[in-house]
Amino acid sequence: MKKTVKILIIAVALLFIYAPIILLFIYSFTESKTIGLWTGFSLDLYGRLFTVRQLRNMIVDTLVLALLAASLSTVLGTLGAIGIYYNKKWLGKFTKSASQIPVINAEIVTAISLALIFSFIAMGRSYGALLIGHIVLCTPFVVLSVLPKLKQLDPSLYEAALDLGATPAQALFKVVIPEILPGIFSGFMLAITLSLDDYMVTAYTKPPTMETISTYVYGAMRRPSHSYLAELRALASIIFIVMMAAVLIINVKASSKIKKEKNKNI
Amino acid sequence: MTAEKRKSFFTFSRKQLCIPYALFLVLFVIFPLALIVYYAFTAKDGSFTFANFVWFFSTPAYIKVLFRSILIGLLTTVICLIIGYPVAYVLSLIKSHRRTILLLLFIMPMWINFVLRAMAMKELLNLVGIFGEYDYLSVIIGMVYDYLPFTILPIYSVLIKIDKSYGEAAADLGAGKFKVFTSVTLPLSVAGIVSGATMVFLPSMTCYVISDTFSNRNITIIGKMIEQWFGSGSNWNYGSTIALILLVIMFLGTLFTGGFSKEDTGRGSAL
Repeated sequence: MKKTVKILIIAVALLFIYAPIILLFIYSFTESKTIGLWTGFSLDLYGRLFTVRQLRNMIVDTLVLALLAASLSTVLGTLGAIGIYYNKKWLGKFTKSASQIPVINAEIVTAISLALIFSFIAMGRSYGALLIGHIVLCTPFVVLSVLPKLKQLDPSLYEAALDLGATPAQALFKVVIPEILPGIFSGFMLAITLSLDDYMVTAYTKPPTMETISTYVYGAMRRPSHSYLAELRALASIIFIVMMAAVLIINVKASSKIKKEKNKNI
Repeated sequence: MTAEKRKSFFTFSRKQLCIPYALFLVLFVIFPLALIVYYAFTAKDGSFTFANFVWFFSTPAYIKVLFRSILIGLLTTVICLIIGYPVAYVLSLIKSHRRTILLLLFIMPMWINFVLRAMAMKELLNLVGIFGEYDYLSVIIGMVYDYLPFTILPIYSVLIKIDKSYGEAAADLGAGKFKVFTSVTLPLSVAGIVSGATMVFLPSMTCYVISDTFSNRNITIIGKMIEQWFGSGSNWNYGSTIALILLVIMFLGTLFTGGFSKEDTGRGSAL
C-alpha cells in the first residue's frame, strides 16, 4: 500500500470521527441557540454548566454513580475472576458463562429484565436499583480484564508464599492481588467509562427525579425548549479537552520512555 | 497446622471466591431473564398462552419493524467493517511509537458519552442538510459514527498478533502484495472481523436512542417497540415477547460465531 493511501485512510477516518466534536467545541464559545449562527464570543455556556443547579446535579450524580458502581463492580469482579480461574468445576464454569450474558445481550433486553426484577422484589425505580443495574453492566468487563492477568500469573508464586509461612489470606492479598493489579485497574477504568456511557439500564432503573448525562442529553434533544441544550456543548467540549490532554500525556510518557531505552542501548 | 493442611484449606477458599458474584448473577441476570420468558408466555391475567407470539408474527407492521431493524443492523455492520478494516490494517502496519497515539485517537471518542456524540453528529448533519431530509441515511451515519471504534479495535488487536513470517513466506513463494493480503492476512483476521461485527450488529438493531435522534422519531426499530410497551403502551407481556425474540436472535448469533473468542471486547484492550 502506498504511503499516501495510508495517510489518506487515517486522515479521512479521523475527520469523520472528530468533525462533529470539533463543531460542538467551536460553538461552545458562543451563546447562540443554533449551531451555524455565531453570536459573538462568550464563555457563558461554561459558566452556566456549573451554576445552573439542574445541570450541576446531573453531572455530579453521573460521576458519583460511576465511581460507586465501578468500585463495587471491581471488588465483585476481581473476586469473581479469581474464583472463576481457580474453580474448574461447574460453579466456575457457570459463573463465567453467566457473566458473558450482559456483555452480548442487547442492552434494552438487559434493561427491561432489570425493570421486571426490581418491580418483582418491590424495589421499583430507585437509586439502589440503578446502582445494581450498573454493577450488572460493569462487572463482566472487570472479570474480562482480570482473567488474562491471572493466566499470566506464575502459580508457584503463591505456593512459595505459603511455604514461607503466609496464611492463605496473606498469600492472596500480598502476592496474588498485587500481581494482577494492572488488570484490576484497567477493569475499574473500563467500568467507569461503561457506567458514564450507559443510557438503557439507567433509563429503566433510575428514580424519576434523577438524571444522568445520558438521560438528560436525550431528554434535552426531545424537548429543547424546556432544557439547557446549548450548555451541553460546553459539557462535550470539557470531556473532549480532558480526553485530548490524556492522549498528550500518554504521548509524552511514551516518547520519554523510548528516549530512555535508546540511551540505555548507547 | 501443617503446610499441607493449610494449602488444601486455601485451595478450598479460593475456589469459593466466585460465590458472591455467582449469587449476584443468578439474582440479577438469570432470574430477570426468566421473568422475560414468563411474561412472554403469559396473558395479562397470568395464564399460560402462545397468543403474544401469534400477535407479533401476525401483525405485518411488527414484522416490517423487525426486518427494518435487521437491515439497519446489517448495513451498519458492513459499513463499519468497510471503514474499520482499512483503518485497523494501516494502524497495524505502523512501526513507530506513533501507532499507540493514533490508536488512542481512534479509541478516545468512546470515552465521550455516546448520547453527546450523537448530539454532535446530529448537529453536523443538520448543518450540511442531511438531517430531517434523508432519515435512513441520517440514522445509518449516526449508527456508524457511534459503533465504528468498536470495529477498529478488535480487528486491530487480531492483526498485530499475526506472525509476520507467514506473509514473508507467501511472498518468498511468489505471492504479490495483494495476494499475500487476500490469502494470508485476511483469513487470519476473520476472528477480529467476527468479533467487531458482533459488537455492532445487535446494538445497532436495537439502540433506539440513535434511531430516534437521527430520524426525529420517524424510524421505529425493534428496541423502540420494547420501550413503547414498557412505557406508555404498558403491556409487559407484549414487551417481554419482543425481548424474547431478541434473546433468540442473540442466542442464534452466539451459536453462529461460537468458535470465536469474545473475550476481546474492544473496550477492554483499549486500556
